[in-house]
Formats: sequence, C-alpha cells, structure tokens
Amino acid sequence: MSTLVYINSRDGIAKSATEAITYAKKLGEEVIAITTGGADDATLASLGEFGASKVLVERSVSNDDAQQLTKVIATAAASTGASTIVFSHDLIAKSVAPRLSVRLKAGLISGAIEIPQGDTVKVNVFSGKAFGAVKIASEQKIISVLPNSLQPEANGSVCTVEEFNGNAGEAKIKLIETKIPDGEIPLPEAELVVSAGRGLKGPENWGMVEGLAKTLGAATACSRPVADIGWRPHHEHVGQTGVAIRPNLYIAAGISGAIQHLAGVNGSKVIVVINTDSEAPFFKAADYGVLGDAFEVLPRLNEAIKKFKASN
Amino acid sequence: MKILVCISKSPDTTSKIAFTDGNSKFDENGVQYIVNPYDEWYALVRALELKEANGGTVSIINVGTTQDDAIIRKALAIGADDAVRIDANPTDAYYVSMQIAAYAKANSYDLVLTGKETINYNGSQVGGMISEAMDVPFLSLASKLEINGTTASLETEIVGGLQLVEVELPIVVSCAKGMAEQRIPNMRGIMAARTKPLNVVAPIEVEMLTSYESYTLPEAKSACRMIDPENMDELVELLHQEAKVI
Ligand SMILES: Cc1cc2nc3c(=O)[nH]c(=O)nc-3n(C[C@H](O)[C@H](O)[C@H](O)COP(=O)(O)OP(=O)(O)OC[C@H]3O[C@@H](n4cnc5c(N)ncnc54)[C@H](O)[C@@H]3O)c2cc1C
Repeated sequence: MSTLVYINSRDGIAKSATEAITYAKKLGEEVIAITTGGADDATLASLGEFGASKVLVERSVSNDDAQQLTKVIATAAASTGASTIVFSHDLIAKSVAPRLSVRLKAGLISGAIEIPQGDTVKVNVFSGKAFGAVKIASEQKIISVLPNSLQPEANGSVCTVEEFNGNAGEAKIKLIETKIPDGEIPLPEAELVVSAGRGLKGPENWGMVEGLAKTLGAATACSRPVADIGWRPHHEHVGQTGVAIRPNLYIAAGISGAIQHLAGVNGSKVIVVINTDSEAPFFKAADYGVLGDAFEVLPRLNEAIKKFKASN
Repeated sequence: MKILVCISKSPDTTSKIAFTDGNSKFDENGVQYIVNPYDEWYALVRALELKEANGGTVSIINVGTTQDDAIIRKALAIGADDAVRIDANPTDAYYVSMQIAAYAKANSYDLVLTGKETINYNGSQVGGMISEAMDVPFLSLASKLEINGTTASLETEIVGGLQLVEVELPIVVSCAKGMAEQRIPNMRGIMAARTKPLNVVAPIEVEMLTSYESYTLPEAKSACRMIDPENMDELVELLHQEAKVI
C-alpha cells in the first residue's frame, strides 16, 4: 500500500507541492510522487526531503491537458498500488482530480484543510463560513489539500528519480499561448496579501498598495466592485464569488467587509483592517484595526515595515 | 449547436449559516435559495450570447427535487429554451455528475457548461467529472469562450496566469468571471418562463462515493485590537512579536 502524490513541476517545485508531500507522509504509508513538467532530476530528488521515497517522472507530457494527466496518474496509481492519491488543490487539481475520481471510481475530497481524523477529512464549506467533515465510501481515495493548510516538513533526504511511461495518449487541447505575468506572486499561494477596496477611490491610487506589497513580499488582492469596474484585474478579486484565500496575513484597506467579501478571506490567520469608518463591519472580523485614512496609513505602514526589515 | 447549462441551487449569499440534527444538516430555516451565481452569471449568460450569435438551443439541467423548480424557472426567465430536472436528491458531486453525463451523452450536446464551483460546497468537481464520464476534453475556469463552427477557442486560468487554447467540440467548460455579465430577467421573460417545458426525468442508478458527516462553525474572533493610525511601528511590532506573521 502506498500514497501517490501528483506534483506539477512545470515551473519548478512550488511550496504547495512540498505541503502535499508532507500531508501524504502523515497518512502513514510509503509516499511516491508522480510528476510531469520540466524540473531536472536534482530538483525532483529534493522531494525526498519531505518524505517521498521515489519520484516518477513522465517527460512526454508537457502541458496541462487534463485528459492526459488523468491517464498518467491512473497508470501510476495502478503500478504503485496506491490506496490514496494526493493533490495540492490548485488549478490543475481542479481539472484533473474530478476526472481521476470518475476514472478510478475513487471518492474525492477537494480542499482538505487537515489530515484525516478517523474516517473523515475537514474541508471549508459555504465559502469559508463553516467546515464540513467528509467521508469517502470507496476503497481508493483522492484528497486535494488546500494550499497553506500545513507547514512543509523537511526531515528526510533526497530520493531516487525514475522515468515513467504513463500512456498519456494524444493531447486534444491545442495550446495557442500562455500569459504568465512575471514577478507576481500567485494569490492562492501567497502567505501575505495586501488588499484594497472602493475606499481607494480610483486605480491611480494603487501605487500605495503595490508599494506595501512589494516591501512585504506580498500578493495584491481587491474587493469585487474594484474588479468589476476594471480598476484591477479579475484574478485579484477575492471573496465568495472570487478567489478564496487563507494567507498568514491579510491587510485590507478601504474595504467595508461585506459578508460576501469575508467569506473568501476569513480563513486568514491574521487580519489587519484599515478603514475611516469605525462602524465598518470588517472590524468585527479583524485581529488588528486601524481607524484612519488609507491614503496616510498605507504609506506610513510601508515605511515602518522598511525600517523593521532594515534592522532585522 | 446544442448547449446544456448545469445549474445548482445555493443559499442566498447573505444567508445565516447554521446546522441542525446534531450538526449533521444545513439549517434551511428562513434560507432563500438562488441559482448558484457562477452558473447564472457566467455559464447561462454566455450560453445565451453564443445562441444569439450562432443559433442553436440552450437547455438547463438540474439534479434536484421539486424544491428546485423555482430556481429552474428563474433560469428559464433569463432566457433558456427549456429545462430538464433529474428527479433526485443531489447527494454528492459524483452522483450529480453521472446523472448529467448520462443525459448529455444520450441527447448529443455539443457544449456542456457549469459554473466554476457552487458557493455552498465549493468542490469544483462536477464539470471535470461530467467530462470524464463523457470522455471529452474539460476546460476549467474559463474566462472567455468563442465558438467557430465545431472549434472552440478559450481563455482559461492556469497556475500563475492564463492560457489561450483551441479544442474541437464536444467539450465541457467550467465558467469563471470574465465570461459574461449578469442579466436581470424582464417581465416578458418571467411570463414566458411559466410555459416553457420543464421535463422531469427519473435518475439512473449511481452509488455515492462521498458523504458529509457533520459540520462545524468557526470559532468567534476575539475583539479587534485598535492601533493608533499615527503609530505604524506599533503595528509592525505586534505583527512580528505577537502574531508572528512577519
Ligand atoms: C451574490 C453576491 C456576491 C458577492 N461576492 C463578492 C465577493 O466575492 N467579493 C467581494 O469583495 N464582494 C462581493 N460582493 C459585494 C459585496 O456585497 C460588497 O458590495 C463589496 O465587497 C464592497 O466592496 P468594498 O468594500 O470595496 O466597497 P464599499 O462597500 O463601498 O466600502 C468601501 C469602504 O472603504 C472605506 N473607506 C472610504 N474611504 C477610505 C479611506 N480614505 N481610507 C480607508 N477606508 C476608506 C469606507 O468606510 C468603506 O468601508 C458580492 C455581492 C453579492 C450580492
């Protein structure tokens, strides 16, 4: 019996991938990783430090075609006798894990936030307003782990890397172009997030938000109306109908804290709210509150963090 | 072109979330149901736009009980041609997906659209499951979709960015923000929806793979600590020493 972990290594090994291996290790069986993508053998071997005993690499699949990936992972699951298959709950898992669930007739739990307790696994439901304990009825199980739900633990050593033929078949999706902005931290994985809302009054004022994010090494986010009116790109919209995130630190400036906004961010470990209105509902969900004008507080906070970074 | 749009009912976004029966069931007391926003705003409206541009039909499918008829009529009022309800309790994503896939295959749909996830279970599972059961490509989290003859061009979210792809129909697509803008049904739409066909179909036999055993609510936050807006050094110190996040 073993646990198989799918890792996408197209852009190297993401932190969320090491979280998925750590999670798999905690299930108590041998952990084998299966990967597609471009990372070299030395990089892949480092997955051993997080608990993998072996990494299988399928080099013939270069894109994210969900049908091909599903076949590769199913082949690997059969050849390793995997009782559980673990993913990081990222965009690839969202298209591949459900397909794999049908192919293997294995129950799927999406967005696990804890390791299994007895025969159930805890997930967010109602867009972060509650938790559910889900049970899988099938023998074989699939779990995708929400990023930032546990800390990676590296206490092993490098492992072997083997070439693997997963019988991927042909890609049916033709890739025309990828658009990946450089230097930006992807929001769902970010540990620190600086976010702003309609209180900033216009897109020309976002320099303060980006400046603070840059100093912190944080990703930027926004409330829904800000994305709707086109001040900021859609992928920054967080909340019930946007991205749900759970960073260590969420700083919200000029956001009122409507219930639909809170739904996507209340999994954050620490929330700082900057608002001119003492009645803003966001203060009720905050750990630290600053009653003041974002136009003054954001630059001041940026300076304070620069000072802190310089002396630490 | 035949388009099938999957819709799910979900509690209104302002609903109070509570549980009954020893925390094993969602408390429906006083809860208003709506069409899951992603299904309505993005999947359904884009389907209607494609029909307006290229011709064809737009059908709604829902797996649910008579309780769901109200949200199905709402979707018809926005503009779909007809609807089918698979008459069953939507027990888990696998069960729902197998019902929809069987219907979509039997009726040769070219395009099956879902929302990117429901706002109650957030599983993002149904679209992918339908596609595997139909053995067709699945494009998840699409923000643009154009159809040219039998070829679809899409923009979809990928880790860290976007990709543009082309694929031959039939396909399954999960729809995210950017696809379309919400449409408010007008009086004529609401009147017409009353007489549009809503076919009720018996479910096929499918086992459940997962079940929700219990629910819990997050612990209430302790009171927010207010910081002097002039003193951001204090905030930084607290974030470092007390909260340990920087
Ligand atoms: C079905 C549905 C789904 C929704 N989904 C989402 C979602 O996913 N995400 C989301 O964000 N919203 C969502 N909404 C919208 C939500 O209800 C709110 O309307 C929205 O979050 C408000 O955005 P805001 O806080 O930026 O703007 P506002 O509510 O206008 O708040 C602006 C805030 O800025 C403060 N402010 C003004 N000037 C300053 C200043 N100089 N300095 C500091 N503070 C200042 C004000 O006091 C106010 O609190 C949804 C709504 C519906 C009906």
